Amino acid sequence: MRAWRLYARSPAALLGALLVLAVAAMGLAAPLLYPDDPLGLAGRPLQWPGDNPRFPLGTDPSGRDIAAQIFHGARVSLLIGFAATLIAVAIGIAVGALAGFYGGAADTALMRVTEAFQTLPNFLLLLLLVAVFGSDLRTITVGIGAVSWPPVARLTRAEFLSLRTREFTQAARLQGLGDAHLILREVLPNALPPVLVYASVVMAVSILLESALSFLQLSDPNVPSWGNLIGLGRNVLRTEWFVSAIPGVAILLTILGVSLVGQGLNDALNPRLAGR
Amino acid sequence: MPAADATAPGALAIEALTVALPPGADRPLALRNVSLRLAPGEILCVVGESGSGKSVMATAVMGLLAPGLRIVSGRILLSGTDLASLSEEGLRRVRGRRVAMVFQEPMTALNPLMTVGAQLAEMWRTHTDLAGAEIAARSLEALREVALPDPEGALRAFPHELSGGQRQRAMIAMALALEPEALICDEPTTALDVTTQAQVLALVRDLQRRRGTAVLFITHDFGVVAEIADRVAVMQRGVLVEEGPVSRVLTAPAHDYTRRLLAAVPPLRAPPARRLGSEAALEVRGLSKTYGAAGLFRRRRATRALDDVSLTLRRGTTLGVVGESGSGKSTLARCVVGLLAADGGEIRVAGAPLPRKRAEAAGLVQMVFQDPYASLNPRRRAGEQVAQGPVAAGVPRAEAVARTRELFALVGLDPAAVSRFPHEFSGGQRQRIGIARALAMRPQVLVADEPVSALDVSVQAQVLELLRDLRARLGLSTLFITHDLRVAAQVCDEVAVMRNGAVVEAGPVAEVFARPRHDYTRSLLAAVPGREAPGLGDGPPPSMVAAAGARPAGE
Repeated sequence: MRAWRLYARSPAALLGALLVLAVAAMGLAAPLLYPDDPLGLAGRPLQWPGDNPRFPLGTDPSGRDIAAQIFHGARVSLLIGFAATLIAVAIGIAVGALAGFYGGAADTALMRVTEAFQTLPNFLLLLLLVAVFGSDLRTITVGIGAVSWPPVARLTRAEFLSLRTREFTQAARLQGLGDAHLILREVLPNALPPVLVYASVVMAVSILLESALSFLQLSDPNVPSWGNLIGLGRNVLRTEWFVSAIPGVAILLTILGVSLVGQGLNDALNPRLAGR
Repeated sequence: MPAADATAPGALAIEALTVALPPGADRPLALRNVSLRLAPGEILCVVGESGSGKSVMATAVMGLLAPGLRIVSGRILLSGTDLASLSEEGLRRVRGRRVAMVFQEPMTALNPLMTVGAQLAEMWRTHTDLAGAEIAARSLEALREVALPDPEGALRAFPHELSGGQRQRAMIAMALALEPEALICDEPTTALDVTTQAQVLALVRDLQRRRGTAVLFITHDFGVVAEIADRVAVMQRGVLVEEGPVSRVLTAPAHDYTRRLLAAVPPLRAPPARRLGSEAALEVRGLSKTYGAAGLFRRRRATRALDDVSLTLRRGTTLGVVGESGSGKSTLARCVVGLLAADGGEIRVAGAPLPRKRAEAAGLVQMVFQDPYASLNPRRRAGEQVAQGPVAAGVPRAEAVARTRELFALVGLDPAAVSRFPHEFSGGQRQRIGIARALAMRPQVLVADEPVSALDVSVQAQVLELLRDLRARLGLSTLFITHDLRVAAQVCDEVAVMRNGAVVEAGPVAEVFARPRHDYTRSLLAAVPGREAPGLGDGPPPSMVAAAGARPAGE
């Protein structure tokens, strides 16, 4: 409750929460507003927004309703964002917690693996995964999660390294409690706040990664994602620029919202740093 | 003290100073209507417990108030100049040149990337237009004056290459470089060992006499007051409650709060010895531990933290381990509870070697930690943290919870407080939770590592009383680690003096303190601040103070 009050203090954080909620609402409302297949042929291709009242945001080069794709795309983008972030944070916390808590050889081994992942540009790694495993939605989500965890692992490890020597952890150790208890009950709750804040960055990057894949037309072509729409608009960018611009703005606003939420979380969870 | 003229040179006068805290703090004002006068050439000690506003006063004078704090009314006159109304630009000209400050922690007050000489030279480069050669000569002279052993070497040294005491001497040299009219010392010796503290106090006193500087000395320690002060001002929650010459305030305090503070200072004299049994609860034989042993990438010099240490703690008694920082006393505590593995030697609890598995050791030895804020998990309920040990040891949950409530009552806390989070407790109450957590395992031996050194003196007296009370009621055997000889005198039956990882002297506390045999013990005792001051240590034993003072409910 106190954290919420600190969060709500900042107008930017509230705006961020509003943007994310708006995108989520769009995704939820999509099947009600546009019950038909958003990838189905709807009308004459490349109608400008406003030209035809049936298509307030116009149609794409294949004659599909852009508004329908934006609404349904909100679902896909958020879903990929959440799921990929969950995967990345889960892997990152597991690796970072074990490395930071045990130190020594475990730490050395796990951190070398982490660095191996970090030295490869994660988009290239993602392309490789998509090339090998195919490009349906589930593979892409798992792929994005699998390339995004190293920074989470490093952050978690740093927190664990300092928290495992704290007196309250030592006290629990002296009470005869096992390592699982020490990691999950004593250290992890105190290590989580910075990781949660960083998760918002992972989410923003996940949405961008999916869009980038779609732009290269390497994403799942059977789902209405914002990136796919941008990719479709690429060929008509100089004349019918709205096809790429509309989903571009949607991505921009979503990422802005997620980032503002992350910043707000940071200020709420580290109240002493707020206002500096 | 004759009233000093506010406009006389070298006089610092604080007039009706009121400083507001940010909204939402525990009280609206950090300082309320505080007036103080500091005459040239006098040392005025400002004493108070944490939260009394004494440091706020020091930072207000320097114009360094923390963000959120602001001066509401009042004046700070330095030879007639009102510092409170100066612009940042004006303050910059005054700071360092006319009023200087020595901070508590010399390591963080010095820039770690600059040599001491370069930082010292900055004083003259910023405030004067002296030539480089002249500055170098003055820097050397300044370091010589604060009696650094190798002034030329110290000029070229980086802060981490000096010891804590040497760093504080360098800070003092820097503060006095431009011969300021007033010097503000904010707990300058609190982070130092007792023998170093005595030397630094003597240095401050000596320099102040020679130069006639007015010194405002902030401290929480009445021993330090007795050593150094001409006059004393006592602060309580932002209000100046008493002010007067040191001899009068220490012997005939007028305000009730001053009386309580003075009475809470533990006397260095030990109470009469109790009859001690001969059965050993804890035996340490030939324990050794070396840090920084050679490894593939480590080329640090090895430090012998424990060098063939042997001790015996008798059942039902308290054995004090005293020594300065680096003496190995904390390493000893960590080895005894099994947090650190010793390199050699033996630890026997109740006749059997300390088991390696932590679940088995948990019922034998438990520890009370130093920092009441760091030793409790901020995200878990207090009672949960006490009960989890017995639950892990196989006690049914309901029974562990019931036992926790009993323990809360035993250590003087409200049993209903088990469901509260640590931040809802004060420092002294948190330390009681830490004691309850250790007792919940029903250990044979309790190891207390500086359990009261982070507490205010009045709270310290209450916790010491609790430990004495528990010893009497539960027959606790306690290994009590402390740097404070006054505390050791009050709570220990026997005492072992450690230096550089070895025990140099051991015996009943009254005997060791009255007739020390080892030179090091003698120098430690001689360095205890205020040991010869009237009024300190002559008071009633702390138990009576605790009984008379406010105690938490439920005891």
